[in-house]
Amino acid sequence: MSTLLEVKNLATQFKTEGGIVKAVDGVSYHLDEREIIGLVGESGCGKSVSQLSVMQLISSPGRIVGGEIIFEGKNLLEYEANGPEMRSIRGAKIAMIFQEPMTSLNPVLTIGRQLTETLELHLGMDAEAARKRAIELLGMVGIPSGENRINDYPHQFSGGMRQRVMIAMAISCNPKILIADEPTTALDVTTQAQLLELMKDMVDRFQASLIIVTHNLGVVARYAQRIYIMYAGRIVEAGTTKDIFAHPQHPYTMGLLKCIPRLDEEKGRKLVPIEGLPPNLINMKPICAFAPRCSAGSERCSKNPWPPLVHIGNQHYVGCFLNGEEKRSGTSAK
Amino acid sequence: MSDKQTPVTGASEAPPVVSEWLRFRRVFFQRKIVVFGLVVLSLLVFTAIFAPWLAPHNPYKGKMADSLAKPSKVYILGTDIQGRDTLSRLIYGTRTALMVGFLTVGIASIAGSMLGLLAGYFGGVTDMIIMRAMDALMGFPMLLLALLLASVLGGGIQNVIIALSIATLPGYARVMNGLTLSVKENDYIMAERAMGSSDRRTMLKHIMPNALPPMIVLVTVWLGLTILAEANLSFLGIGIKPPGAAWGSMVNDGYQYLMMNPILSFAPGLTIMLVAFAFIMVGDGLRDALDPRLRGLL
Repeated sequence: MSTLLEVKNLATQFKTEGGIVKAVDGVSYHLDEREIIGLVGESGCGKSVSQLSVMQLISSPGRIVGGEIIFEGKNLLEYEANGPEMRSIRGAKIAMIFQEPMTSLNPVLTIGRQLTETLELHLGMDAEAARKRAIELLGMVGIPSGENRINDYPHQFSGGMRQRVMIAMAISCNPKILIADEPTTALDVTTQAQLLELMKDMVDRFQASLIIVTHNLGVVARYAQRIYIMYAGRIVEAGTTKDIFAHPQHPYTMGLLKCIPRLDEEKGRKLVPIEGLPPNLINMKPICAFAPRCSAGSERCSKNPWPPLVHIGNQHYVGCFLNGEEKRSGTSAK
Repeated sequence: MSDKQTPVTGASEAPPVVSEWLRFRRVFFQRKIVVFGLVVLSLLVFTAIFAPWLAPHNPYKGKMADSLAKPSKVYILGTDIQGRDTLSRLIYGTRTALMVGFLTVGIASIAGSMLGLLAGYFGGVTDMIIMRAMDALMGFPMLLLALLLASVLGGGIQNVIIALSIATLPGYARVMNGLTLSVKENDYIMAERAMGSSDRRTMLKHIMPNALPPMIVLVTVWLGLTILAEANLSFLGIGIKPPGAAWGSMVNDGYQYLMMNPILSFAPGLTIMLVAFAFIMVGDGLRDALDPRLRGLL
């Protein structure tokens, strides 16, 4: 399968009075056609900002300071942030689903108007065709009697239903990539499962790729083929879902896994939280930001700059002195 | 899940499918005071249109013999010093008041909102240039500025409209600017931009409608206030040229004879008050009826 989206060394910074916040600091990842990947990390580690950077929706004081975002052979960062090229990609080729279904729909426009607007804008449909398509889309995402509900306002829908509408909007123009930014965080657990299933169905049906951004490894475990673990604006480990769950190499990933319950483990294991809090990203030292919280940290970590991502096996990369270097010297992989 | 979900409160008496128009009507006509305001405004518009048929006498030419007549069957509200019928002048004054009110508010609110919207949406330098200019305009007391402009431009109804539009512009710009700043931070604006909406589209179709309810209230309040301001200008002798009929100048003309014939001042004064009140009431009703977030609750 060919690569659809390739992000290379993306860096996004926010200039604040306290100093420069490196929200995304040299992040690279790629997404193949019809692939589902997960981007996992704690709050404030740059997951959302990296995705908004792909869409060029970073607004002042934030700024994308470097890197490349290659989509369909073109570097998106060469386009003007609000220029016509970028606008024709947003919504039409790369669509996004946001975290808060309660506030992500415009309260003064009907659901129908919000759905048809995108269809008219990107696909050039007339009002009648767009309306028909909108009803169809509502049916697809599991909202019954769309022809009645299309004239309703967002406040007449529950959170789960609104997120369904958001999904309908996102897939309406047949995008190549769907970015779901914590799509289920604001919903209860049963609805979460339904919506994840729905998103997977939609992605299959429309032959799109999906990026799931979440802080919950459990969410991506079932759906993602590959997972990227982010910490403090960097990717610290990347690999297939199987590798990440079975052989986590970075202490942070191990920590994340230790603090969620699993069905396939021995009984009586205690859940161990990761001590401390994510670092403040203002004026960070160039050393590994996880070191202060790391149980395996050594002197090496506080003296040397961030360890680069090292290839340690089939699509498995890790950025840690502990496992990366040893494994690399052990194997003859590139 | 297949059930239609209704908001928690109220709505039980509402039929399941109500057309927008029916809902609007129900909410709008619910409050008696709003209906009263609407009746007053309808009468006002009616009066303005049919002034020549309604006025019992010529508003511009009176009989000097009937100067300062007390209210009687012939002159229901009496006559002024030149013997002109007060009622007829009041009726013709409606035209002046409405024209100045609607045109001024129309021009100022549209221009002001656009400026405020642009400044708020783009921020940075755009915001600085536009809003500092507005602040400079705001630095002058509104009436003083209108007075200055009107005296520079000269009398006449169109100059009154221009002067009042410029004087009231910053009010709309300020409010719209604030509304834009708060509305544009909403998730749905980001979501809309993520859907490929252009700046213009985002501003006009997504921010504007969300800022509309407060703007509607502002506009209706300003309609009342603008009519007051026009009355002020003509009271001060700037604005409508004689013998044109304006309520403000009628109050001014009448107040010299307050002891002899108080109705000369009180009739136009009360009319101004009533009209301003009616506009404000209707604005309130409109806001309640137009706000979809209040639908189902009211």
